[in-house]
Amino acid sequence: MHLLYDIFVSPFAQMVGAPDLLVQTLWDGLVSGVLYALIALGFVLIFKASGVFNFAQGIMVVFAALTLVGLYQHGVPAYAALALTLVVMLVLAFGVERLMLRPLVNQPEIILFMATFGLTYFLIGLGELIFGGDPKVMIASQLGLPSGSYRVTVARGFVQLQKIDIAAAIIASIMVVGLGVLFNRTRIGRALRAVADSHKAALSVGISLEQIWVIVWFAAGVVALATGIMWGARSDVSFALEIIALKALPVLILGGFTSIPGAIIGGLIIGVGEKLGDFYWGPLVGGGIESWFAYVIALVFLLFRPQGLFGERIIERL
Amino acid sequence: MSAQPQRVAEAEPANAAPARVLGGVILAVENVSLSFGGVNALSDVSFDVREHEVRAIIGPNGAGKSSMLNVMNGFYQPQRGVIRFRGHAYHGMKPHAAAAMGMGRTFQNIALFRGMTVLDNIMAGRSLKMRRNFFLQLLRWGPALREETEHRRAVEEIIDFLEIQHIRRTPVGRLPYGLQKRVELARALAMEPSVLLLDEPMAGMNIEEKQDMCRFVLEVNEHYGTTIVLIEHDMGVVMDISDRVVVLDYGRKIADGTPDEVRSDQAVIDAYLGVTHS
Repeated sequence: MHLLYDIFVSPFAQMVGAPDLLVQTLWDGLVSGVLYALIALGFVLIFKASGVFNFAQGIMVVFAALTLVGLYQHGVPAYAALALTLVVMLVLAFGVERLMLRPLVNQPEIILFMATFGLTYFLIGLGELIFGGDPKVMIASQLGLPSGSYRVTVARGFVQLQKIDIAAAIIASIMVVGLGVLFNRTRIGRALRAVADSHKAALSVGISLEQIWVIVWFAAGVVALATGIMWGARSDVSFALEIIALKALPVLILGGFTSIPGAIIGGLIIGVGEKLGDFYWGPLVGGGIESWFAYVIALVFLLFRPQGLFGERIIERL
Repeated sequence: MSAQPQRVAEAEPANAAPARVLGGVILAVENVSLSFGGVNALSDVSFDVREHEVRAIIGPNGAGKSSMLNVMNGFYQPQRGVIRFRGHAYHGMKPHAAAAMGMGRTFQNIALFRGMTVLDNIMAGRSLKMRRNFFLQLLRWGPALREETEHRRAVEEIIDFLEIQHIRRTPVGRLPYGLQKRVELARALAMEPSVLLLDEPMAGMNIEEKQDMCRFVLEVNEHYGTTIVLIEHDMGVVMDISDRVVVLDYGRKIADGTPDEVRSDQAVIDAYLGVTHS
């Protein structure tokens, strides 16, 4: 009886009792949700166009951020470093297409999935070799990103909104809109969707798979760089960041592996869900449920909608 | 039981000279051999295709017909031999390069973009024709918008031609089989190909659908002058619509000639027609 009260009544009483805390928790959840969404977006891009679950997306985030900071530390001005990092991501996209995807074309998807594991460890090694293994500080202010925070009064208390988080949300929205337009409004977008549907049909109308793969891996690289900057600005840039790639999994399960809006909404749900869960229900089991609560949410979803919130409905003609 | 296409009625005897003027050789297969591991799919096959003709490839199951088409547009790389297109010899051609040179094709097991609408599928067929700056496309502005409109007009023409106006906004995954086949043809036509490779365009269709498809194939051939290479199992259809027929059996060419010549060829009768023809 007491337990039921703790689960179903007292958390909500707390929410009503201290609305400022609730708003702060929601805000924190939305902010980490945006970052989860950005990572998931990188996965979705590559999965949509090539059917490959790119395990290396997490390390691409780290690698992009490390390259940016590393270049700056070697005396390259911040914006030039940003441009150079984009060039590095383009080179990476070409390299992946030429050395990994092209030789493995027509192999089962599981083989390609394993190849992305290989890519992950290759990038970890390469990153450590060039930039060393110790954590670095993101050059956020040098890139013109704001620091500090706003205080907003809510009810009797106040809520702190970090400016960098607001910037992250804005940049993420711009990227999402940009990608949406790219996918739905352009010849390249149509070609991307075509490749996602059928490789041989795409080839037969003259779409070059190689070109499409370079484009999506580069797009995923750009998304990774943006994620790396935002995430790095909140903590620091280290290989520990790679773990957040795993956080993208529940997001993808929720949003569907092929849906860009799904990745966004899924990211926000997971972000808010785990922060609320941790803050209000965490104390029941001694706290610290944030690290696994996301997977529970995803599992529950999986029971009811195996294709995710926005995933393409599975239509099978019998 | 054969679907009776229009042409026979119009042009009277099937062996009379066709109304179209056949051009020179546009596509030639020269000594092509293809094997998968130890299986010889094609052994030293040679034949040619003349511009504007309807060329059929027939043969029993497993004769290597689909392999032949796949070699012709670069899906398979033959171990020996070359494909000669407009006089140029190609050893290792990529499928998208073949498409760029003007080879359109359809597949035995329909290969459409299932998640996309009929319209988008056909528009995808025009990928190679669209060249405008893609940033302009993002903005939907100026020349890019004009170009998109132009392509839409061309696509609508094809849609009218193949009588699929009523389904243009339907995702192709939901269409019945016969219509999917027609959309696939439409997509290939959108490329404005000079050679069209059709892999069993009438397989699995009922008589009415077959007659429609026959009519479309012949109209494409007559209207646009498109050279057509097709694989077909329905002997009646093949004999009625093709100018020349090449017969494969166990990966080898056993006959090549007009429908009448092939029909009376003893090797063909033994391998194939003798069994299925009453």
